[in-house]
Amino acid sequence: MVVCGIAQAADATRGKELYESRCAGCHSLDQDRIGPRHRGVIGRKAGAVAGFEYSPALRASRIVWGSRTLDAWLTDPERLIPGQRMNYSVTDAADRAALIAYLEGESGP
Amino acid sequence: MLNHKRRSFLTTSGTATLSAAAFGFIAGVPGRSFAMGSTMARDVDILNVALGLEHEAINAYQLGAQSGLLQKPVLDAAVLFQSHHKGHRDALISTIEKLGGRPVAEKPMAEYARALNAAAIKSQEDILNLAARLELGASNAYLGVIPSFQDVNLAKVAARLAADETMHWTALSGVLGRQLPGAPLSFGA
Repeated sequence: MVVCGIAQAADATRGKELYESRCAGCHSLDQDRIGPRHRGVIGRKAGAVAGFEYSPALRASRIVWGSRTLDAWLTDPERLIPGQRMNYSVTDAADRAALIAYLEGESGP
Repeated sequence: MLNHKRRSFLTTSGTATLSAAAFGFIAGVPGRSFAMGSTMARDVDILNVALGLEHEAINAYQLGAQSGLLQKPVLDAAVLFQSHHKGHRDALISTIEKLGGRPVAEKPMAEYARALNAAAIKSQEDILNLAARLELGASNAYLGVIPSFQDVNLAKVAARLAADETMHWTALSGVLGRQLPGAPLSFGA
């Protein structure tokens, strides 16, 4: 468990770097920009940030964001939610895992 | 599947002005218009995200220029980079409209200032760090959406936009005294 925890922390550290270089063009943790804010995304229903103008596809989705759904989203957003507008994918599974670990760490109150 | 050969995106006078002859094309292919409209709509969505990035970048540089914190020659570079982003904006609006889309509107500057936490900016270095972060993010965003374009000509445009943003990021990194990436292929992975 300790080893697992260390690996998760390392993932989150790399995830922060990846977030700042890959995601921060459109997103931030606390402000809606081109994309919606991310803090608290884990456990949140897709398309549910109040005041953000989502695509109809995101608004209609019943997906709740967790590690599995975020992995599928980052792998191929159009496959998960046809009609979405992000169209940005992360091809490397380790990079996706690191980003998700970072977002999980930032999903507290 | 789109017939890319039947679309034309023309570059004029060395600028990023784009011309899409897509409308007659859609209307002229009975039975395929829905499918092509659908894929084109996705391209328009991507272009509109790009346009949102450009609106934000223009306003970020405007906030920097108006702050009184930028000194020459950094101020001149910021104004030059902003002019590039305005060129990107105009090209994207033109292309979106020619494809039958509705360009996303620019927001009031106060909204960009809030979203970018401009209140925390106290120095020229703060502005440069913000600009570098936005330019790097934009470069990677453009590179990341290239595979999603249905039209290869639009993918090429995204690559050209990414090149401009990378140029900006490189210049800003130099002013900030940052080291360039040690590893190859550090963008767009």
